[in-house]
Amino acid sequence: MSTLPDPAPEAPSAETPVAKPGRESLHYAVRNPKLIIGVSLVAILLAVGVVGPMLLGNGNPNEYVGPQASAPDGTYWMGTTTFGQDVYAQFVHGLRATFLVGVVGGAIAAVIAMVVGFLAGYRGGITDEILNMLTNVVLVIPALAVLLIINAYMGVRSVAVQGLFIGLTSWPWAARAIRAQTFSLRTREFVDLARLSGSGTWRIVFREIAPNMSSYLFMMFILLFGGSILIASSLDFIGLGPTEGVSLGLMLQSAQQWSALQLGMWWWFVPPGAGITAIVGALYVANVGLDEVFNPKLRES
Amino acid sequence: MRRYFARKLLIYGLTFVVAVTVNWMIPRFMPGDPVSAMVARARVSQPEAAEAMRTYYNNLFGFDEPLWQQYLHFWGALLQGDFGISIFVFPTPVGDVLLDALPYTLGLMIPAVLLSWFVGNWIGALSARRKVLDNTVLPAGYLLTAMPYMWIAVILAWALGAKAGWFPISGGYSLDIQPGWSADFALDALHHWVLPFLSLFLVALGGWAIGMRNMIIYELESDYSSYLAALGAPQRLIRRYAFRNAVLPQVTGLALQLGVLVAGALVTEIVFAYPGLGSLILAAIQNQDFFLLQGAFLFIVIGVLIANFLIDIVYVVVDPRTRTGMAGGTS
Repeated sequence: MSTLPDPAPEAPSAETPVAKPGRESLHYAVRNPKLIIGVSLVAILLAVGVVGPMLLGNGNPNEYVGPQASAPDGTYWMGTTTFGQDVYAQFVHGLRATFLVGVVGGAIAAVIAMVVGFLAGYRGGITDEILNMLTNVVLVIPALAVLLIINAYMGVRSVAVQGLFIGLTSWPWAARAIRAQTFSLRTREFVDLARLSGSGTWRIVFREIAPNMSSYLFMMFILLFGGSILIASSLDFIGLGPTEGVSLGLMLQSAQQWSALQLGMWWWFVPPGAGITAIVGALYVANVGLDEVFNPKLRES
Repeated sequence: MRRYFARKLLIYGLTFVVAVTVNWMIPRFMPGDPVSAMVARARVSQPEAAEAMRTYYNNLFGFDEPLWQQYLHFWGALLQGDFGISIFVFPTPVGDVLLDALPYTLGLMIPAVLLSWFVGNWIGALSARRKVLDNTVLPAGYLLTAMPYMWIAVILAWALGAKAGWFPISGGYSLDIQPGWSADFALDALHHWVLPFLSLFLVALGGWAIGMRNMIIYELESDYSSYLAALGAPQRLIRRYAFRNAVLPQVTGLALQLGVLVAGALVTEIVFAYPGLGSLILAAIQNQDFFLLQGAFLFIVIGVLIANFLIDIVYVVVDPRTRTGMAGGTS
């Protein structure tokens, strides 16, 4: 999560050319191997997560369908668990849950981060002091520790609620980054002009400031998305995952709980971890690619 | 400098108050009734017994008092070091249970975090603007940071433990050895420590290497580097200046990453059944031992706060701007 460059000294938006930035970005985007590799990998996994369960007839992936503890073969592509559950069916359903928790957690965190960051950075003064204090406090408290307590007291847990709480606890670093960016933009002439013509705070923020750091906001969302997936998988692994259904983290948890490791059933614990690593890694790589697209300084000559 | 520390301490004090308040609030304001849930989970068939249990828990939490009194009592007990009684290892106080587990977690985390930070920064600094090295370090770094901690732990345990048989894959020491200050125990504990350490170390390593590489490139493109180069300064000297500047955000980054690192340590311990806080938390969840869980939460928060403060002190040492009161430590 620390891969987002420190925004303090120079806003990347300052380098974005004024004339037709969209078309130029696109020109570089389709020529950037990192972006293409990252985006394709995420797209493929997303497609597997969306289409896979449909092809399997949307049956319950936790049903005992096959022989017990058999290695991957033609029928069960990723083998079966100790109980005869189809690992491939669990994997495709798990991908779906993992993407869902990433989207929900990432989106909620991004919204909170934007509200707090824009308000603190644009208003300044006492608003900034209070919001900055709040950000620092939430930043220091370890998110997973809070989530442990919350989820432990919740009897029934769903993927969406898990994402909600992850979003509520993982926004601070992003809010700080947005605040720093907003600081550097708010004294620019076009913002002054908007203020002189009587625009309100939110109008200025969304019409003048946000568009100038849209690339930055997008990259921030990607990192929040990946972060949510990692936190969710840790929660699942500790045994506080969704009580219904399956996720990649829950697969790892049951593999651990039923000693897949000691029994040498590698097909049970390799796919879910590889899935998480692939999604998060592809997101990070795509993020670097995007950074190069938006920031001419980083482009390889 | 005094203002810098005063501000930091204010934030940490506030954080502690918020953490304790959250800890107090969650059982009381979560939807549903934790006491009913606990009584229901105990599966007591006789209504009288269930009623007795309900009264017991109500008294334990102090649910019959007004809220503000409950809150003050909570603080009072906490300041006396009273975290409640563990249900999982009844009747040991939660504080004692946690203190027994703490050395294992710290012994695992401190070396892993510090070593990965130093080695990662070193690798990152070496690879910046060196094509061949960069092309291997960068993909490897991204792969490592994207890995969930428990997965790399499982893979290492499987490959180096179960398959190769080089390291034990479960526990903090062999069961036939009594924990104590003997050489046998130390060697045995070290043997059990290697794999959990390695998995924590590897995942964190990737992030530091990438961060350092990006920072060095940024510094090498800054004006002072170009000026030094124009003056004809040797490349080594320029790199040394770049490194000293690039290390500052990495120190701040260490503070920011603490929460993630703690989370990583917890799940890694669970994979290896390592007798630290992580395994304790797992047991607490499986046994519905909420006192133990909440005590562990406070332990983690206090630990992270202390670590943050230590990093602040280090920051003052490495960044002279904080000492002269100029804008330096923004974290």
